Amino acid sequence: MTSQLAILPILLPLVAGFLLLFARRGGLGLQRVISLALTAALLLLTIFTLQSATEGDYHVYLLGNWSAPFGIVLVLDQLAALMLLLTSLLALFALVYAIGQRLDEKGQHFHVLYQLQLFGLNGAFLTGDLFNLFVFFEVLLLASYGLLLHGGGRFRTKGGLHYVVINLVGSALFLFAVGTLYGILGTLNIADLAHKMGSVSTDDQGIVSAAALLLLVVFGIKAAIFPLYLWLPGAYAHTSAAVAALFAIMTKVGIYAIIRVHGTLFNEQAGFLTDLHTDIVLVLGMITLLLAALGVTAARALKEQVAYLILASVATLLIGIGINTEQALSASLYYLIHSTLIGAALFLLADVIAEARGSYADRLRSAPAMPSAIVIGSLFLFAAVAIAGMPPLSGFFGKVLLLDAALAHEYVLWIYLAILIASLLLVIAMARSGSILFYQIDSEGDHDGQQVRKTGFSMMLLLLMLSPVLVVLAGPVTQLTESIASQLNNSGDYINAVLSQPASMGAQ
Amino acid sequence: MEWLVSLVIGVMTASGVYLVLRARTFPLVLGLTLLSYAVNVFLFAMGRLQVGQAAIIRPEATAYTDPLPQALVLTAIVIAFGMTAFLIVLALKARSELGNDHVDGLIYVAEEQANNKNESKSGASS
Repeated sequence: MTSQLAILPILLPLVAGFLLLFARRGGLGLQRVISLALTAALLLLTIFTLQSATEGDYHVYLLGNWSAPFGIVLVLDQLAALMLLLTSLLALFALVYAIGQRLDEKGQHFHVLYQLQLFGLNGAFLTGDLFNLFVFFEVLLLASYGLLLHGGGRFRTKGGLHYVVINLVGSALFLFAVGTLYGILGTLNIADLAHKMGSVSTDDQGIVSAAALLLLVVFGIKAAIFPLYLWLPGAYAHTSAAVAALFAIMTKVGIYAIIRVHGTLFNEQAGFLTDLHTDIVLVLGMITLLLAALGVTAARALKEQVAYLILASVATLLIGIGINTEQALSASLYYLIHSTLIGAALFLLADVIAEARGSYADRLRSAPAMPSAIVIGSLFLFAAVAIAGMPPLSGFFGKVLLLDAALAHEYVLWIYLAILIASLLLVIAMARSGSILFYQIDSEGDHDGQQVRKTGFSMMLLLLMLSPVLVVLAGPVTQLTESIASQLNNSGDYINAVLSQPASMGAQ
Repeated sequence: MEWLVSLVIGVMTASGVYLVLRARTFPLVLGLTLLSYAVNVFLFAMGRLQVGQAAIIRPEATAYTDPLPQALVLTAIVIAFGMTAFLIVLALKARSELGNDHVDGLIYVAEEQANNKNESKSGASS
């Protein structure tokens, strides 16, 4: 078993970041080549990673050769491998788009920050230690602050300030939660925490659940759960399109952390504390979904609307986690793949539309006809169908799988109401913005839009085309998500794999 | 000693939260700094309070204090330091770009939006 595989996806972007710092003297051209080549290499690596993870083993890497729970471990399982692949796929598309739009010319160190962002993301997906998760969260946040503000602009600064401050408060809460858990349980290794969760004395159960719910608040800030989502529309709507597209994975980091940390800690071995978080996540998910749908209807600009659509997809995932069955988890993972890719594609599409409309940008008001309106309009229809969850595209499949999984739950009526009402609102809102953008032509105004840039356009098109691919390959993909969900459900195996990994006896 | 430490953490957290809820960026920075101080002392206390004990193995030591929280605090201090520096620079940038130090940059941005509306109205009618 090649346990080295668990650290390579972290090392590659880190080395790329350092290389790019040195390559500054070589000019932007050299930086672009290095950044593209290493992101493509990362994609190949993560495909290989997923392939070897699907064999069902846990790849455990002991940092510094200290066996768990004394040292920090990296754990590669199927879920982590899936998230890694999704990240690198998205990263490659967004990077090519950014280069096509010459975003990296608008400030220094774009490529360095981009690679360090991937470093933080991959680290957060692979770590098996709570404090290490905090450190990687900080790495990815610090890189994301830089990327979010890249290019400048007043609204970007304002949205960025809110984003930075709320995440700093989140970091403080994270440390409070981590400290409390360490004070009671004496360990920070996720597997060891889960192992000790069953033997918490009755006196300490209250304080442990308080710490765990504090962690839920922290992950809720990252995932943008009600009532902590207010930073998201401002930050995502005003940053550059390529960065917003990459950030489609950032909210999913919060979702991943909830699945990984809470899912492992409060599985059936936790005794009295089992499923501490699921009902809260379910109810908050439904509230978030309805508010996000209202936000989509009320948005005054297309990018703001897409930001609320991202929020709606996060909320749908939360409902899937809250239902808390293997089937629901598998459906959520399918929906996660779909919503990340299509959400990113929508940000790019909104940017293409904004450029084509010139000074009218992405505001939802009538404007002079844009160049190649028919092609862009058809693609908008396609994307709207995919994200709103209408047949025949992948959003529909994801929602059907989820609704099917909800049948067994006691709140089935409420879940159906929330998801179906929200979907209806999304359809109405997308139809409205589509007709404003493409049918309400103001024939008197001056047209100052630009022609479509080919590189960016083709990246957006490729991302969108992944939706029918997800439908055609629904069989293998659902097989994968089912196997991930069953692996997650057996958290006993995870605990065993991590705690029983022996330190290698050295071939010095 | 316990009540003194918990009092210190409580007061710092409360002051930090109060300052974070202020509307200007400078109190915000101070509030976040106070919060991170409170977090650091809290993390330290989670290894239980011991006075004058060794953290690493020594033959003559009679008792030990937990070294792990000290390592955690060290990491947390470094990260909080970097984040504070970044936030100060960002706050200065916001001050110069938005024209005031309100966290919403409210006054200036609202004015600008009103101007935009007027412009596009006159553009549509011409």
